[in-house]
Amino acid sequence: MNPADWIEEGVFWVFGTILVVSAFRVITVRHPVHAALFLVLCFFNTAVLWILAGAEFLGIILILIYVGAVLVLLLFVVMMLDVEVEKLREGFVRYAPLGAVVALILILELVYLFWAHTLGFHGLAAPIHVLARHDNTRALGTELYRRDLYPFELAGMILLVGLIAAILLTLRHRAGIQSQKPSEQVRVRARDRVRLVSPKPPRRGAST
Amino acid sequence: MIPLNDYLILGAILFALAVMGLFINRKNLVVLLMCVELILLAVNINFVAFSRYLMNREGQIFVFFVLTVAAAESAIGLALLVVVFRHRQSINVQDLDQLKG
Repeated sequence: MNPADWIEEGVFWVFGTILVVSAFRVITVRHPVHAALFLVLCFFNTAVLWILAGAEFLGIILILIYVGAVLVLLLFVVMMLDVEVEKLREGFVRYAPLGAVVALILILELVYLFWAHTLGFHGLAAPIHVLARHDNTRALGTELYRRDLYPFELAGMILLVGLIAAILLTLRHRAGIQSQKPSEQVRVRARDRVRLVSPKPPRRGAST
Repeated sequence: MIPLNDYLILGAILFALAVMGLFINRKNLVVLLMCVELILLAVNINFVAFSRYLMNREGQIFVFFVLTVAAAESAIGLALLVVVFRHRQSINVQDLDQLKG
């Protein structure tokens, strides 16, 4: 085993462990803000693992877009609502055994599936030096803009629809609040605001 | 060299933890949304791993689209959450029973 493999495995195990631990904290921690922060930690560790697996564009996207936009949005919403944490934690202990049993069964099934020889995952060796030979971002971009152009545009439309839906859902007009009305400001004409008068000069000698 | 199985088992553990979170946080709508994010993350890890070991870039492109849809989903979900909180002053799932006949 050469040193590069040692480093790769070490990085995988360290960040994988942190990932699992922080995922566990996400679901068990008391306050939703802490849960959101642990979720940020999860995403950072996943980004490291993806970069390790040669998907560096997706790793960076995960940090920039997902942590930078989606999770910040989540944090904003969590902080905006003042929720009674204690009330929401009712039944936590009661449902915990059921959840643990389901999770355990799920893990056992999946691990059995992966170790079963019928799928042939054992023989797959990782391709060597993928990182050195490939420009991952360029390759992904080429495929996205050529072969997958139509789904790519559709994804853009989905984001646009999501944007409009989110704004429309949360928009509200409250009475009694002073705010600008840009449409009326644009529509105003000069003759509504300014009145031009031509004052006659006073007749000479009239004032005396 | 990391075997493919390690990535898959990591994804499986993450997925199972998220499902467990759905069970034990069944009242808190915010944490439910976070668990859905975790599930999508676990699936994406599998996609990236397969994409590497099968030398095929389609997995990464699929992850790209999954991330797009997940972003839209969480934006709309959070907007709905805010609306629900405005109406009911609570994000408890069990308070959402207006449709019950």
